[in-house]
Amino acid sequence: MEGFMYPNEVELQWSVLIVLYPFLTGLVAGAFILASLERIFRVEEVKPTYRLALLTALAFLIVAPMPLQLHLGHPERSLEMYLTPHRSSAMAMFGFVYLWYLMAVLLMEIWLDYRKDIVVFSQTTTGLKRFFYRVLTLGSNNISAGSLHVDDRVGWVITLIGIPSAFMLHGYVGFIFGSVKANPWWSTPLMPVVFLFSAMVSGIALVMLVYMVTCALRKVAIDMRCLDTIAKYLFYTFVIDFTLEMLDLIHRIYEADESFRSLDFMVHTRLFVSQIVLQILLGTATPLVLLAATQLVRLSVAVRKRLYAIAGFSTLIGILAMRWNVVIGGQLFSKSFLGYTTYKMGFVTREGLGPAILLTLLPFVILYILIKLFPPWYEELPSPTSGD
Amino acid sequence: MIPLKDISHLLRMAVVFLLGLALFLLLRSSFIPKSFGRYGHFRGDALGEITARPIAYAGHQTCEGCHPEEADTKSKGVHAHVNCEACHGPLAKHAEDPASITPQLPDVAQLCVRCHSENIAKPQGFPQVNAKEHSGGQLCDTCHQPHSPGLSQGARK
Amino acid sequence: MTPITRRQVLLLLPAAAAAWEFVLAGTPETAPTYNSADHWWGMLLDITKCIGCGNCVRACAKENDVPDGYFRTWVERYHVSDFHIESPLVDSPDGGKEGFPPSAFTDGKNFFVPKFCNHCVDSPCTQVCPVGATFHTADGVVLVDQNYCVGCRYCIQACPYGCRYFHPTKHVADKCTLCYHRIVKGLTTACCENCPTGARQLADLKNPNDPIHAFLKTHSVQVLKPHLATGAKNFYNGLDGSVR
Repeated sequence: MEGFMYPNEVELQWSVLIVLYPFLTGLVAGAFILASLERIFRVEEVKPTYRLALLTALAFLIVAPMPLQLHLGHPERSLEMYLTPHRSSAMAMFGFVYLWYLMAVLLMEIWLDYRKDIVVFSQTTTGLKRFFYRVLTLGSNNISAGSLHVDDRVGWVITLIGIPSAFMLHGYVGFIFGSVKANPWWSTPLMPVVFLFSAMVSGIALVMLVYMVTCALRKVAIDMRCLDTIAKYLFYTFVIDFTLEMLDLIHRIYEADESFRSLDFMVHTRLFVSQIVLQILLGTATPLVLLAATQLVRLSVAVRKRLYAIAGFSTLIGILAMRWNVVIGGQLFSKSFLGYTTYKMGFVTREGLGPAILLTLLPFVILYILIKLFPPWYEELPSPTSGD
Repeated sequence: MIPLKDISHLLRMAVVFLLGLALFLLLRSSFIPKSFGRYGHFRGDALGEITARPIAYAGHQTCEGCHPEEADTKSKGVHAHVNCEACHGPLAKHAEDPASITPQLPDVAQLCVRCHSENIAKPQGFPQVNAKEHSGGQLCDTCHQPHSPGLSQGARK
Repeated sequence: MTPITRRQVLLLLPAAAAAWEFVLAGTPETAPTYNSADHWWGMLLDITKCIGCGNCVRACAKENDVPDGYFRTWVERYHVSDFHIESPLVDSPDGGKEGFPPSAFTDGKNFFVPKFCNHCVDSPCTQVCPVGATFHTADGVVLVDQNYCVGCRYCIQACPYGCRYFHPTKHVADKCTLCYHRIVKGLTTACCENCPTGARQLADLKNPNDPIHAFLKTHSVQVLKPHLATGAKNFYNGLDGSVR
């Protein structure tokens, strides 16, 4: 500890797991927004990634509550958030937003889009898989043109509702921090908006990378029209995100309120690597410059692919660093503005780096399983063996 | 008109959702503590649990009930508003059953200096000394009677 | 008539001390003679009287089994150099639990500030609790239900005063309870009972005879961080502008 801190402030309350949580839900929201680009805004160039984006969102949504459960002092009591939610608490309302988004938006949309394939699989596979698909059909084998048309219309409405739902899913995370008047690093009305746009950036970058990697693994050519379009939307979203973060920074520096000197010192010392190096230089400036280059200069396919990969990867690091800087950074300085502490992150502890790494890898394992169960590749659609 | 068979799968899904809702309502009625909401958005029984905590400090009125001479001496000196347990420690158990617990006399070497060692942050008028310079190492109660420590009050030992 | 025994006197005196304050209509969970609607608790802290002895910190720890290294109350020592009130030098060794060592300073303005939960009327901590584990009582005390808290620590983040901590073994949020188990029985808080100079005094703001009313009329008092509008009920007499 350096300087003076209130005695109870020296120990951090929210660990790297709480850094991971907004990162994961951000990826969910961003992947879904990419999917909705095609469905609602008819950007049909990105159609090859539509199903992949939905599965990615689902894989990360399943894992998202896990870091929270590990963090809770009494995870066995977590059901209380559904039983007696305190309506003034953004955290309580999360439970319902999450449930709504999982059940009514994401699972419904995936089920409706895949229903034809599910019915076909329920008739062509055997054993446990067959049972699994049969349950998912809910006993209805109707895949007539009429029923599929109904699915398409309902799915469209769900996607439409899903866009503000995705905004809420991640916007509220920003509100959880932004509404804490006790903490000047967190307290700003911009926080939900910054979180949301950085989520969109990270989600789009993730789906782009997953698409590139899965194409390489399947030895299938990348649809460059799709990839270029994704990169274009990534660039536009990033510009908005960057503008918002710059606005926050400039505003803070200009107003220089009572917390400013303390926060400024913290950024230049405790947060130098994570904020200046990782978030700003590597995670924002680098991808912006690379993506701008691909938009402004004519480059070959091979070069573009390489730049997209580097940009995508550095974007993900940058957004993760941003979550770290918000969550951990907000706890490194004293609310007396007279001192600083350090974050002692364990490795093989309940809230340490070990579980954080495992929880970051788990969604990819789940995604692999989902891809096997619900193939998202449009060039391999199963042919129906029966009608209605 | 959309034929029923083309939306039957949606109706089945709606039933699944309704079953989920029913399960949720069942969970609510089973698991929400009965006293929740009695006084506000919290478990009413918590108040009883919190107030049932055992008491450690009896409070000076209780001490004075059994120790009137000491109370009287103290009330006439400068320690009049220093409560008994501030020096003697928590003694509710002793007050409850005096014979079962004999309180230990406080360690004078440590006790008095905590209040009276000089410190620039203490209020100016407050009696504070540099212990070594003041008594050359002798214990405070060599000269000061703790219950009425003012020397002018004839309490010098 | 049989002479009254010591034991009987022992039982009568605290009851007598309590009886004058309370109306005989109780809530069943608390002491039977206590009606929470008749009280509104706060505290008066007199900076001009605090000597930094740490009695309050030790007494609170003993009364409430506060774990080592965590604080329901603590004392800070301030050093303000001349007009530099925006950059005081502050220390609080182990929360002031064993008092304070001699100061490194020989000049400037120096004083002690005891701190603890302000039992805010518009507390941000109860606002953010997701399950209703921390709450207001009808008599203005903010409490934590240790058997309901899930340990999310949002309340600890939301408190501007740093008065909450995460209990290391119970894994729930914890903080000053204003010795609720004592005040409903007519006793004062452990910290006030053990303060040798009267720097800390429990106040019942609903009681018209409470000395705080006269005190507030004749002294300049402040609350901590008034710009956050928490409705804090700890009133500080003689609080310097440098206090954070």
